[in-house]
Amino acid sequence: MSTQPSQDTTAPLLQCIGVSKHFGAVRALHEVDFEVRAGEVMALVGDNGAGKSTLIKGIAGSQPYDGGTVIFDGKEVHLDGPKASAALGIEVVYQDLALADNLDVVANMFLGRERLSGRFLDEASMEQDCKETLASLSVTTLRSVRTPVAALSGGQRQAIAVAKAVMWNSRIVVLDEPTAALGVAQTRQVLDLVGRLSERGLGVVLISHNLHDIYEVADRITVLRLGQLVGVYHRNEVSQQEIVHAITAGTLQSVPGMEEEEL
Amino acid sequence: MTAPIETPAFAQPANADLGSYVRAWWARTRAGDLGSLPILVGLALIVVVFGALEPVFLTSANFVNLLLQMSGIAILGIGIVFVLLIAEIDLSVAYVSAVGGVVTTLLLRPGDPGWPWWLAIAAGLTVTTFIGFLQGLVITSFGVPSFVVTLAGFLAWSGVVLILTTETSQAGTIIIQDRVVLGLSNTYLPDVWGWLLAAGVTGGYAAVQLLRQRSRRSLDLDAKPTSVLGLQVAGLAVVTGFAAFYANLDRGVPVVALVVLVFLVGWTVVASRTRFGRHVYAVGGNPEAARRAGIDVDRLRITVFMISSFMAGVGGVILASRLRSVSTNTGSGNLLLEVIAAAVIGGTSLFGGRGRVISALLGALVIASVSNGMDLLGLPAGVKFVVTGLVLLAAVLVDSISKRGRAA
Repeated sequence: MSTQPSQDTTAPLLQCIGVSKHFGAVRALHEVDFEVRAGEVMALVGDNGAGKSTLIKGIAGSQPYDGGTVIFDGKEVHLDGPKASAALGIEVVYQDLALADNLDVVANMFLGRERLSGRFLDEASMEQDCKETLASLSVTTLRSVRTPVAALSGGQRQAIAVAKAVMWNSRIVVLDEPTAALGVAQTRQVLDLVGRLSERGLGVVLISHNLHDIYEVADRITVLRLGQLVGVYHRNEVSQQEIVHAITAGTLQSVPGMEEEEL
Repeated sequence: MTAPIETPAFAQPANADLGSYVRAWWARTRAGDLGSLPILVGLALIVVVFGALEPVFLTSANFVNLLLQMSGIAILGIGIVFVLLIAEIDLSVAYVSAVGGVVTTLLLRPGDPGWPWWLAIAAGLTVTTFIGFLQGLVITSFGVPSFVVTLAGFLAWSGVVLILTTETSQAGTIIIQDRVVLGLSNTYLPDVWGWLLAAGVTGGYAAVQLLRQRSRRSLDLDAKPTSVLGLQVAGLAVVTGFAAFYANLDRGVPVVALVVLVFLVGWTVVASRTRFGRHVYAVGGNPEAARRAGIDVDRLRITVFMISSFMAGVGGVILASRLRSVSTNTGSGNLLLEVIAAAVIGGTSLFGGRGRVISALLGALVIASVSNGMDLLGLPAGVKFVVTGLVLLAAVLVDSISKRGRAA
């Protein structure tokens, strides 16, 4: 996989233009623009109810947008289901990680895409690929890939979930609060892992409440508020205070309740 | 309770020796993954206690009786293992098995309609499998807990058994006359066959394990050390060889034991070596993860309930064959509880995702020997129930306590 530096000149790998989502009368997402480039870590921040999850679920295809355009790799795409997103190489690591505790690391990494030889599981080849993927991500604290996930630490589980997401030639990985439940050392491991993903040329979307974490790994920061875009900032050009201000009191194009024509 | 020492990646050497293998096993056991340990301890206790109280318990004639008594429970238990693996329950198996036995028996009645044995059995199994499909469909379509749906099945199918038996026979008992079906539980393999069976099981296991070891070594993965493999194969040879030898001292290995063995091996392969089996464990461990991985969870649930009912049908035919008849009482009594107890005692968790097909066999062995031993001692029925209940309670407690160990 080739690595691409993140520059403003490279075209975005994924671009959402004016996407919206309504739940009945509730405007969860209103004409939001969002983009991520290959090899870039794009942080997505906002208070509770800002629309982060709605935006992500649209990208994942699990809750398709009801307005707007999505462009992937220069072509317009319709993310109308999880399969459509997965086919493009978009993988989401949700906060609950979606690992089966009773299965070992190999079985989890290949869950739903088990490799067969004849009619039976090809355990040896799956185990080998699993080890290679983990090694390439420098996930080195595992004793054995045959350990049941139940026996792993929080950081190790997060690493497995991320490795599972990047194993399938994915191009964009969305991480939902990957460090929320972790201690200091494990947070460090996961942030290092996030950095390695972008070095591999993947587009990384990082949702986090922790600005400290974001400032360590993110290249750019998208701020949402009340379902709308406040702005996109370069990490080096904005202070944490300014981000906090944008999250809590950023200027919006329209205030809910005051219907007006935009654009 | 994880070890504080950070080891580098995949520190286990490619050719781990016996010692490290034993240490890894001990670590797993301490972490709450008890495997077959409690059952082996339990069986040893049973042999010692009943053997001391009633020497007849240890005779070869009683051993063959035990094989006959446990086979029905083991067959039904295999189906229950699959249901427990996806963290569901099937309370209808006993009466579904009765339906299978009754349907088969009715179709076998000479001249009325006098179907050949294979067609009658196939019809019985089709009916029970369809029952499983129906129950699974209701459970998945309406989101009703399997506990309730199969409890309804428990009542409904017991009614069907009553209707079918009383409709066709005033006395409520229908005798089986087909020699093949009767032969299932009432004939015995020639001595040579018993030996061949033991050799086949041992040789097959050794061959599969050696092939796996070779393919793993060729890919430079950790493989089971040859010393461990040798010990396991030797252990299996001793157990199967002794079973064949001891059964041959009396009537020989019952035909039904061969049937149990075939299903045991077949379903073990399905559970541990196929994609479907892997998905069964995944659904039991984390249904949401399974769903997101693209597994059709509802379809899998229905399939599992069909497996459970299919095995119930097989067990029904075997139980009918053993009693040489079906009656209004078929499927009643302790059968359901004994079957579920067998799966749990054998080490299959009630909480889903943990267990093996062989636990049905091991658990059936415990349940059947406790019941057999108490019969030999001439204990009253009340005492038998109390003791069986305590054995089940002990098994569930072991499961629950070891689960706490896993969580820690």
